[in-house]
Amino acid sequence: MNGLADIVTVVLVTVGALLFLAGTLGLLRFPDTLSRLHAISKADNVGLGLIVVGLLPQATSLTGGLKPVCVWLLAQLSAATASQLLARTIYDDQVEP
Amino acid sequence: MADFLVAAALFILAVTAIALFRILHSRIAAERMMAVQLLGTGGGAALLLLGAASGSSAIADVALLLALFAAFSCVAFALGAAVPTVRRDSQKERS
Repeated sequence: MNGLADIVTVVLVTVGALLFLAGTLGLLRFPDTLSRLHAISKADNVGLGLIVVGLLPQATSLTGGLKPVCVWLLAQLSAATASQLLARTIYDDQVEP
Repeated sequence: MADFLVAAALFILAVTAIALFRILHSRIAAERMMAVQLLGTGGGAALLLLGAASGSSAIADVALLLALFAAFSCVAFALGAAVPTVRRDSQKERS
């Protein structure tokens, strides 16, 4: 049983880390500010979600497992609203500098 | 297993550092603000991994705080940037 938990963790954390890499590559390559904002907020959140799910088998207690899920929920909600606000300020600067 | 988690955390920190280096050099204020949001998620993920590797659950609270501060700083930036547009709209109505 323990082997399976480790395998699940290794696979999910690796994919999550690769998604962070994708977010950074997207950030470096995209030409426009709005697309860069999109790249980092989406890729990082999914990466964080995969890492949290990957860490669940390693959790020793119930709260030890619930806390990363709460971190991911907060990151998900805050990144969604924060990127909308940032996009609004970027858009305002572009339309009427 | 713990060393794999630490390796993944270091990899994420390295990737986040590269992105931060790129973001903080840009002149656009909003892009520099995205560095804070990137730290919120990237730093939080690395902290969660290190917390799981070291077995202490207190580090997950630090990751929670990072995500919280990222959200508040982005909101504060948006509010600060939004004020001129209110004045701009009123100027448009007058002219």
